[in-house]
Amino acid sequence: MSEPEGVELLQTSTEGETPTDKRVDIDAAYRASNVEALLDELERELIGLAPVKQRIREVAALLLIARLRETEGIGTQRPTFHMSFTGDPGTGKTTVALRMAKILHHMGYVRKGHLVVATRDDLVGQYVGHTAPKTKEIIKKAVGGVLFIDEAYYLYRPENERDYGQEAIEMLLQVMENQRDDLVVILAGYKDRMSTFFQANPGFHSRVGHHLHFPNYSLDELMAIAELMVEQQEYRFDDPSRRAFWEYTGLRMQQPHFSNARSIRNAIDRIKLRQANRLLKEGGQIAAAELQRIDEQDIRESRVFRGGADT
Amino acid sequence: MRITQGTFSYLPDLTDDEIKLQIQYCLDNGWPVAVEYTDDPHPRNVYWNMFGKPLFDIQDPAAIMMELQECRATFPNHYIRISGFDRSYGRATTALQFIVQRPDEEPGFMLERQEVADRQIKYTLRSYAADKPKGKRYE
Repeated sequence: MSEPEGVELLQTSTEGETPTDKRVDIDAAYRASNVEALLDELERELIGLAPVKQRIREVAALLLIARLRETEGIGTQRPTFHMSFTGDPGTGKTTVALRMAKILHHMGYVRKGHLVVATRDDLVGQYVGHTAPKTKEIIKKAVGGVLFIDEAYYLYRPENERDYGQEAIEMLLQVMENQRDDLVVILAGYKDRMSTFFQANPGFHSRVGHHLHFPNYSLDELMAIAELMVEQQEYRFDDPSRRAFWEYTGLRMQQPHFSNARSIRNAIDRIKLRQANRLLKEGGQIAAAELQRIDEQDIRESRVFRGGADT
Repeated sequence: MRITQGTFSYLPDLTDDEIKLQIQYCLDNGWPVAVEYTDDPHPRNVYWNMFGKPLFDIQDPAAIMMELQECRATFPNHYIRISGFDRSYGRATTALQFIVQRPDEEPGFMLERQEVADRQIKYTLRSYAADKPKGKRYE
């Protein structure tokens, strides 16, 4: 937790600007902000992602201290929270963006806290004069919340110098600079392509204060994610099927196009399909609990076990 | 002559903060908001021009204010109004409509009396400004 740092920061600046010995109760402010519940939820529902969670805690701490400073009448420059999320597919970038929007809203940084997801197609037009209104429309929708630009590097196409992406980039830069009060921009994408993108657009790099990398999940983490998803959908693994899923995940990770939690979610969807089929084929009368149980066979039937690709 | 049309028109002009609050009220009710302008504010002219694209799916009044500022910059001497539409009836029903900009000088209307058969009088209103061509009326 970065709270102790916050305390120190506050005390030093209080001494600097107001000579009084007034005390500030950080704990009470922390409890009153109710941000703890949000952070706990984050901890519970997001498996792994330790560096990301740490950064979110830091963001919450900064906002809390900024708010305290404001009530104490200490001049506070509004911090900027434009962010870049890098990581492979399925590592939870969109999910975290959604949570981030919630937290920023809860701490009073953005007014509404909704998330608008946009890709190149939503921002860049097809012909001259088409891009500006399109980009503007998306920006307007995102005002008061968070604009999440997925695969942001597609905005910039160096091979085509007449590409309209540049126009969208310039508008975004302007908004990120001049309307910091109105919205937060999060750029997301693969790590290597994002760094090329930032190199080619130094304006973006300097305006994005927070760079978060989402590491790939380990097998254990993927398993925990699977358990959570299964539980949320009110299914359950028994011991053999849990072992089978473990093996499945290990094999699937080796295969091409593995996209972390998303692959797990798709696998569970297919397992549900097979389970329903199996139950229907067997027919007859079964215990109601059987409707929830995932059988080993439902998993073993996957093509992954026969060396085939399962998407 | 100060034109009085729509809501709040007998009040002093709304400040930007007050406009924002009214827009917030529209959005809270789920009414899409439009920015419209005209230089022909005849009371029977209900069709003003919409500025820019329709503003659906907006969450925050700041976005509408951006559009309004742009409209003000483009048409500094036109009438501009904000309308909130209640679509719950299945058609665009104006729920709230108020003027947010008016020209500095409003020459007003002339009441014309037309004498017809049997000494009857027919009345009509004619805007002094509308004599000039479109775009030059309130310069």
